Amino acid sequence: MSQTWIILGAGSAMGRAFARKAATQGAHLVLAARDQDDLDRTAADCLARGAASAAAVLFDVRKPESFAPIYDAAKANDGIINTAVFVGSMAPQDDVDADPNVGDLTIQDSFTGPVNFLHGLAPIMEARKGGTVLGIGSVAGDRGRIGNYIYGAAKAGFHTYLSGLRNRLNRSGGHVVTVKPGFVDTAMTWGIEGMFLVASPEQIAQDLWTAHEKRKNTLYTPFFWRYIMAIIKSIPEPIFKKLSV
Amino acid sequence: MRWKTAELTGWGRVLTGKAELARPEKPAALSQILKKSPAPAIGAQRSYGDAAVNGNGRAIDMTRLDRFISFDPETGILHAEAGCSITDMLDTFAPQGWMPAVMPGTGFATLGGCIAHDVHGKNHHKAGTFGQHVVAVDLMGADGSTKTITPESDPALFKATIGGLGQTGAIVSAKIKMIPCSSRLIQVDERRAANLVEFMEMLKASNATYCVGWIDGTANGQSLGRGILEEAELTSSNMAPKRRKPRKVPFNAPKFALSPPTVRLFNRMYFNRIPKQGRGVLRSLKDFFFPLDKIHDWNKLYGKRGFHQFQCVLPDETAERTLRDMLRLIADAGLASPLAVLKRTGAGRAGLLSFPMEGFTLALDFPNSEKSRALVAQLNALAAEAGGRIYFAKDSLATAAQARQMYPELAEWQKTVEAADPEGAFKTDLIRRLKLRTPA
Ligand SMILES: Cc1cc2nc3c(=O)[nH]c(=O)nc-3n(C[C@H](O)[C@H](O)[C@H](O)COP(=O)(O)OP(=O)(O)OC[C@H]3O[C@@H](n4cnc5c(N)ncnc54)[C@H](O)[C@@H]3O)c2cc1C
Repeated sequence: MSQTWIILGAGSAMGRAFARKAATQGAHLVLAARDQDDLDRTAADCLARGAASAAAVLFDVRKPESFAPIYDAAKANDGIINTAVFVGSMAPQDDVDADPNVGDLTIQDSFTGPVNFLHGLAPIMEARKGGTVLGIGSVAGDRGRIGNYIYGAAKAGFHTYLSGLRNRLNRSGGHVVTVKPGFVDTAMTWGIEGMFLVASPEQIAQDLWTAHEKRKNTLYTPFFWRYIMAIIKSIPEPIFKKLSV
Repeated sequence: MRWKTAELTGWGRVLTGKAELARPEKPAALSQILKKSPAPAIGAQRSYGDAAVNGNGRAIDMTRLDRFISFDPETGILHAEAGCSITDMLDTFAPQGWMPAVMPGTGFATLGGCIAHDVHGKNHHKAGTFGQHVVAVDLMGADGSTKTITPESDPALFKATIGGLGQTGAIVSAKIKMIPCSSRLIQVDERRAANLVEFMEMLKASNATYCVGWIDGTANGQSLGRGILEEAELTSSNMAPKRRKPRKVPFNAPKFALSPPTVRLFNRMYFNRIPKQGRGVLRSLKDFFFPLDKIHDWNKLYGKRGFHQFQCVLPDETAERTLRDMLRLIADAGLASPLAVLKRTGAGRAGLLSFPMEGFTLALDFPNSEKSRALVAQLNALAAEAGGRIYFAKDSLATAAQARQMYPELAEWQKTVEAADPEGAFKTDLIRRLKLRTPA
């Protein structure tokens, strides 16, 4: 039987690529993002590519009242419910430094918002006895750096939540993958200087699908970011604090 | 929208230009970009010359607008965003029994690019051009507003947009009528043609749905114009096609890779591989339609200097004599690469600047050098003299005067284009090089 995938942030390049991947596997899709017209179009695209069904539900991570319709749309399908969470925002550190409210929003978009959503979903997944959560964190969450440590801190918080949720869902047959993508070729990174080893959203989507099937706990994607981050994490703090990597 | 500084390069890697590139992921974002800073739309940059280059300017990369908007399994009409690739359409819809009616030799080409050059395929003599299967185009102007045009609603604008090199605006999405696809395998029959006369007769006599010829650009004398005719029909077999994993050319190849002796030897082997009595093989659709796509970045095989593709179409009346002259020049120069095609073309064309005409089309690659540029210039002149045409999707060396001679409907096209884009916001390097928007 087809499983259901909720795609939170289906308007992003990564969300779209993963929705397509799940569509070609014949999944039921619940696509959630802020732009209804655009979502409708992605839903149609996924149907053409083989999705069993595709619901387009308006969603704003800053508006908790938008969560319930997504739960309902997923519950309308029988069987296992999976979720991939692509929401998050990365305000430039300078903007955050100038206005603390901007930092609050980054934390809400990348940490507290997705956490609230997943916390509401967990009992529903448990009742269905299984399902995967693909939580998109970031290598930026592995160590605070001068360039974007508010975003990094939000993602680190999200990683910790995901590890707790993994512990919890494991008891009902469910699973959580903590995903740490490196640089991905999306609108967010387009034209930013200093990008290297940039991966395509399709490449990431494929990695995510494999991690879901293999029930990986932590996924660095592309894989070499595991080694890059191992090096960055191993730099002693007395030295690290003087660097601007 | 952020702009990224990028080096735009024709597929032949000779004509390049630095430009600022935007890459919208939603039609609404495209509209915002055009309103603020109108610029030409580009696709997968599979044109060989400078059609998708706008040096020292801006351009809009359409490849992230790549969704299927709707598909009607009753009529085969697909509504898709302009960045969808031909391969994506084939992969998605062939298992559902449909395929694009016309496919160029690379599946990387986008819907927008196929419309803007009114491309042809191996079935041109039967199915006509890509544009003849376009039902409607959603065209966005420099003001960011979209208008849906059809051959009935806006005949002039439609004919200026199909094959219109992006000059009437950005194609956001389009509706095309696909054709039934009975199988994912294709039966290919290959036969030798001993010389040009025999080859042309075989091409003319062929009644196959798909028909294409490989021609040996190194053969001379008795064998001038020899080659292999490939005729193909879809099968009704349901076997799953085998396809090897794509390979990538990781670096610029050294010069000797395509030196004249290597090419002569390769061509002889390639020709002799087909038994005298011919042979039949079963291929996957992609192996047949996009043989080169298996090797990613194959254009790097020509090394850093890049290469030129010459493609002309010649009317029946002058074709044989002109092809003979051309092939002699080519064989004498010894510059051709193994990639060379001779094909029959029908009369089908959907735009004012569409390339095909009833006759024969010849296409060859030449590694870039002073000698090869001189040779292509000679070939261009022969094509013009013979009442033929050079293909804008391939050209890098034609002259403005030749373009005028070859495309008699240019003035009519210009009228509609000036009305659609009075500021000239959509001009590209190709347009400037061949002065296509300058009144004669
Ligand atoms: C290996 C190979 C084989 C080929 N075989 C064939 C063949 O058999 N037959 C044939 O006809 N051609 C063939 N071609 C040429 C190719 O099909 C055309 O150049 C085609 O236009 C490429 O599409 P693209 O998406 O790469 O467009 P690009 O090269 O990126 O752009 C081409 C033109 O289209 C315009 N354009 C692109 N997208 C849009 C849009 N959305 N809105 C408005 N304008 C747009 C650009 O401004 C430019 O003028 C071949 C090319 C290669 C590399």
